[in-house]
Amino acid sequence: MLGYIIRRALFSLVTIFLVSILSFAIIQLPPGDYVDSYIAQLQASGTPVSTSEAENLRARYGLDEPFAVQYGLWMRQVLRGNLGTSMQWQRPVREVIGDRLALTMVVSVAALVFTWMIALPIGIFSAVRQYSVADYIATTIGFMGLAVPNFLFALVVMYIGWSVFGLNVGGLFSAEYELQGWSFGKFLNLLSHLPVPAIVLGTAATAQGIRVLRNNLLDELRKPYVVTARAKGLSETRLILKYPVRVALNPLASTIGYMLPFIVSGSVIVSIVLSLPTVGPVLLTSLQSQDMFLAGAIVLLLGVMTIIGTFLSDMLLLLIDPRIRMED
Amino acid sequence: MSTEEAPLLSVKDLQTHFFTDEGLVRAVDGVTFDIHRGKTLGVVGESGCGKSVTARSLMRIIDRPGKIVGGSIMLRKPRNDGSNQIDEIEIGELTDDGREIRSIRGESIGLVFQEPMTSFSPVHTIGNQIIEAIQLHRPLDDRAARNRATELLTMVGVSRPEERLDELPFQMSGGLRQRAMIAMALACEPDLLIADEPTTALDVTTQSQILELLQDLQEENGMAVMLITHNLGVIAEMADDVVVMYLGQVAEKGTVDEIFYAPKHPYTKALLQSIPNIYQPSRVELPTISGSIPHPYNRPAGCPFHPRCPEFMPGTCDVHVPETLVSPTGQHVRCFLYTEGAVRIDREEATAGKDASQ
Repeated sequence: MLGYIIRRALFSLVTIFLVSILSFAIIQLPPGDYVDSYIAQLQASGTPVSTSEAENLRARYGLDEPFAVQYGLWMRQVLRGNLGTSMQWQRPVREVIGDRLALTMVVSVAALVFTWMIALPIGIFSAVRQYSVADYIATTIGFMGLAVPNFLFALVVMYIGWSVFGLNVGGLFSAEYELQGWSFGKFLNLLSHLPVPAIVLGTAATAQGIRVLRNNLLDELRKPYVVTARAKGLSETRLILKYPVRVALNPLASTIGYMLPFIVSGSVIVSIVLSLPTVGPVLLTSLQSQDMFLAGAIVLLLGVMTIIGTFLSDMLLLLIDPRIRMED
Repeated sequence: MSTEEAPLLSVKDLQTHFFTDEGLVRAVDGVTFDIHRGKTLGVVGESGCGKSVTARSLMRIIDRPGKIVGGSIMLRKPRNDGSNQIDEIEIGELTDDGREIRSIRGESIGLVFQEPMTSFSPVHTIGNQIIEAIQLHRPLDDRAARNRATELLTMVGVSRPEERLDELPFQMSGGLRQRAMIAMALACEPDLLIADEPTTALDVTTQSQILELLQDLQEENGMAVMLITHNLGVIAEMADDVVVMYLGQVAEKGTVDEIFYAPKHPYTKALLQSIPNIYQPSRVELPTISGSIPHPYNRPAGCPFHPRCPEFMPGTCDVHVPETLVSPTGQHVRCFLYTEGAVRIDREEATAGKDASQ
């Protein structure tokens, strides 16, 4: 079992290394660099920029070096815990995204919790009462949840919140807490703002979760061990929760890993619509202005989150499925 | 068949139907038999003739869309309080998943079935699953239940039982798993053990070991066994009474000697003829029953066996449904070959037809 954990951890490290190269390469793919778009910006506002000035800027950021050297310089900083300086904001990347990253995690976890709180019971119910009216309703709502684009759903929720309940549902904080430091009041305020983004961001994953759980469980319910358990005299509820649901959770646990970054990266437009202070909108603007250190840092962090998520779901599988524990 | 003691379980005209989208399937269509204490009832028939559905009906564990639609299942359960009183319980009338039926499952009737590979949950230890079966019906704490589980595994001949309890099903061989399965079914000393093709998935050596084990256990605690199989050899060795089923109905029923030495129904005869015989001259083709079981949605009219029957009587077997006839010794058969009445009715109709045409 220990061997399994160590092996998984080593694989994760190697993958993180590969992800860092890839994310740096992807950031550099578009033609031109930050200096080009900076010059274009200045010229648009009527300030001419000389070639030597541009060369100076390039030298300062190391943009004239070959790819390998640029990557080496960047990694040296990252390993020291310094994600570089955002060219666009002229501030350290850590400052730009620090708070936002934390809030992104909070929103993502809230969306995950919402997803499982809804998907688990409905998925189980849908499978156990297959083809009942309730199953059809759950299936219909599930498909709608999958089909409706998140941002549209966000707009609808905002409109209903505003017109029916008179609430301003955007953002994660009320205006009076927005600029304050952290306090218990601000924390409560955050909690009260969380449900809307959690629901909007979690709906698609919930719909998917219901479908996956329902299908897995339908397979399991037909297995002989369910009949065995029933023949022992176990009550139906206890039986279903102890045996088939436990087995059906296996494939679900392995998907938690990529749900985490899916929620983060899938939330860019929703974050803009709901004006959430998360990393999504920052990623968008940094890519537009070719702010490579900022964009690189965010893409790298998303990659790392995927890998950590996968590692976590591997550990979760270890808990759920004793067959993995018995290996080696 | 002993007549002085009432049978442990009496099944009368049991009907279990499946209401599928494609149509109605009469999986069990009017089955009647008794199971006596300490005796083994063998149930034989081809695949799909309703053997397993009958067994599962007795425990009320039919999967949807199946449903018991008629008949009675009477269980005579001795009271636990030491008095010699016997409670008569009509299993067919109990509510689904109610307390009463659950106290019968595992406690009065144990079930062992075909696939030892998939009959245990793959993610729980053998011990966990056996101990659960014990604690459902016995007020034992974890330690006592574990001791009982060890005892059970020893009883069914599993070596190193203490260690086996902590193993997962996939770590055990098929034979071992089937022993563990039997141990679990016997956890609460049921009055009746239903063994639904308990040896089909095992190799021949293991098969005979498991059958011997069942016989030994039955001698020890005097339980009744309902043994479902399509292997007539197993029936000859194990059963006291035999029910031959075809398409959800009892074709013939009698003691094991009656069935093997004086079979009446053409289906029983055909089944017996298709057993390979070691004394047969070599290179002679083994007789088989012609045709195959009809599609469940497409049941033949009249006697269900008539399209495959070597003694098919046109105008009788494909028109009328045969009644069950009882011989003086108690052998039951459902066939027109032994019905004077049906032939007479047929003649009358034939003459009536002739009169009309004249």
